[in-house]
Amino acid sequence: MAQIELEGIERVFHLGDTDVHALSHVSLGIEAGEYVAVMGPSGSGKSTLLNLLGLLDRPDSGHYRLEGRDVTTLSPDEQAQIRRERIGFVFQSFHLVPRLSAAENIALPLLLAGVPPRERDDKVRRALSDFGLDSRADHRPDQLSGGQRQRVAIARATIMAPALLLADEPTGNLDRATGRDVTRLLEALNAGGVTLIVVTHDPVMGARARRRLLMADGAIERDVVGSGGAPG
Amino acid sequence: MTSSDTLRFAWRAATAYRLRTGLMVLAMAIGVAAVVVLTALGDGARRYVVGEFSALGSNLVIVLPGRTQTGGVNAGSFITSTPRDLTLEDAAALLRAPQISLIAPLAVGNSEIAHGGRLREAMVVGTTADFIAVRKMGMAQGRFLPAEDLRRASSVAVIGATLRAELFGADSPVGRMVRIGDRRFRVIGVLAPAGQGLGMNSDEQVFVPVAAAQAMFNSNTLFRILAEARSRDRIPAAKTQILEILKTRHDGEEDVTLITQDAVLGTFDRILGALTLSVAGIAAISLCVAGILVMNVMLVAITQRTAEIGLLKALGATDHDIRMSFLAEAALLSLGGAAAGIALGHAGAWGLRLLYPVLPAWPPDWAVAAGIGTALATGLLFGVLPARRAASLDPVQALTRR
Repeated sequence: MAQIELEGIERVFHLGDTDVHALSHVSLGIEAGEYVAVMGPSGSGKSTLLNLLGLLDRPDSGHYRLEGRDVTTLSPDEQAQIRRERIGFVFQSFHLVPRLSAAENIALPLLLAGVPPRERDDKVRRALSDFGLDSRADHRPDQLSGGQRQRVAIARATIMAPALLLADEPTGNLDRATGRDVTRLLEALNAGGVTLIVVTHDPVMGARARRRLLMADGAIERDVVGSGGAPG
Repeated sequence: MTSSDTLRFAWRAATAYRLRTGLMVLAMAIGVAAVVVLTALGDGARRYVVGEFSALGSNLVIVLPGRTQTGGVNAGSFITSTPRDLTLEDAAALLRAPQISLIAPLAVGNSEIAHGGRLREAMVVGTTADFIAVRKMGMAQGRFLPAEDLRRASSVAVIGATLRAELFGADSPVGRMVRIGDRRFRVIGVLAPAGQGLGMNSDEQVFVPVAAAQAMFNSNTLFRILAEARSRDRIPAAKTQILEILKTRHDGEEDVTLITQDAVLGTFDRILGALTLSVAGIAAISLCVAGILVMNVMLVAITQRTAEIGLLKALGATDHDIRMSFLAEAALLSLGGAAAGIALGHAGAWGLRLLYPVLPAWPPDWAVAAGIGTALATGLLFGVLPARRAASLDPVQALTRR
């Protein structure tokens, strides 16, 4: 049984009088530990697919089974719990809370999960040193470089040890060198066992993934399993 | 999310936007301070009036002979009933009432008082030693009438301030003899000037033992009996006991009238209490305005932090978590405002007391509690709508908007 199973997923947006089929007849299986790049032109439905996989959006029809459990029928609170415990998000624009320090941003998921402060501090300290952010713990986002911000965001996404890491253009706001560092960081996490799904425009980054989903007009046009350039 | 984390998160949010939080707290503080200062003013005025009345002897019950009735003609009106006079024995009997601490019988008449060739018409008041305590008067010189048996007619007198000036000029009257009517009395004290009270000016009166006055006027009746209840609360009980005792002594007939200052005082108390409440109500309107401001500020905060709300949802925050954190923020803003308002209000009340030292302008405890309560309630009430709106945001749209 695959970790992620999508079956006949439909997602329609109503814009004025016209219906836009953001996703149509999407069926897909992704195994645990896979490294998947979702590629395609703007408006091809790749972000919608990612939001759906991250339980931020609901399909109009079809079934989504995550780790064997049909999650489309769950209540909003149950979905929130799955997001909290099983899914990590990395965004193009980092989405750090500007008034909180790096350490506090990383601690947010633990806070939401109700982890006691002592345990929280231990985990955050370990994450800071794992991601090379020791000296930046008390810095606010506006005092960090782009690469550092994305590292904080990745540390936050992985602090709950999720099974699934969803990244939406994680290198889109970074220069080439920092982008490469962030890509390596994500790939290292994938090597550690986390399923990594990346939405990207960047063909270089896409080419590194072992599996590429090429989307057009809300459907998966091609599902390419290649060797990829990722280590391990 | 645990409640302490929710509070800390809200605290960080409230303190991160200093100007907004400062203005918000100021608005709330002005509302609460208005409640505190205005109720201090109203309650101070009430306490001032009550205090002035107490100085006259607010526990006083005045017993008059005869029944004054208001009402129409009834069968009883045609049966002539001559009221019995009040006697010294009646007065002595009243002391047995447990709710009465002091009594002062009054026998009153007009006579002339003379000393060293100066002669003057004066009201002679026959009473007892407790009179000065019942009327809460003070002595300017010497002492008041001695405590002795009611029937003993010692030849001692205490004179009012005006009489002293008119009869003795600059001399000390204590120990000197005066003639009142055809009897001679030794002056043992002078009352401190007190002014008008109960329709009599004590400055122009001369006080002698009640038995001496009765002998002088050849009568054995009393003009009035002043009785003091043990406290203001016990006045009704004291009145009942007085009526019972006198009824028994007067062959079962209720032929006396009781007057209390408490009735007048109670009216003033109620009027000023209502006034205090109404100014508190007016001040509470400013609290409502502050509440609407809380709502506006929170709505703006949600617009500013849309992306953050989307992020929190992506990180697994439930709608409940988000609602609670915004509500906690509104509550913190309101509480901060209330605390600042109480401080401001107390400072204002202090200023009032400096300005008008006679006015005990202390904000009543209930007003302080009501101020905090209303601030918190309005803050929460007006925080609910924004908090619900935040919780209902669609995470996908919230994340893409910035």
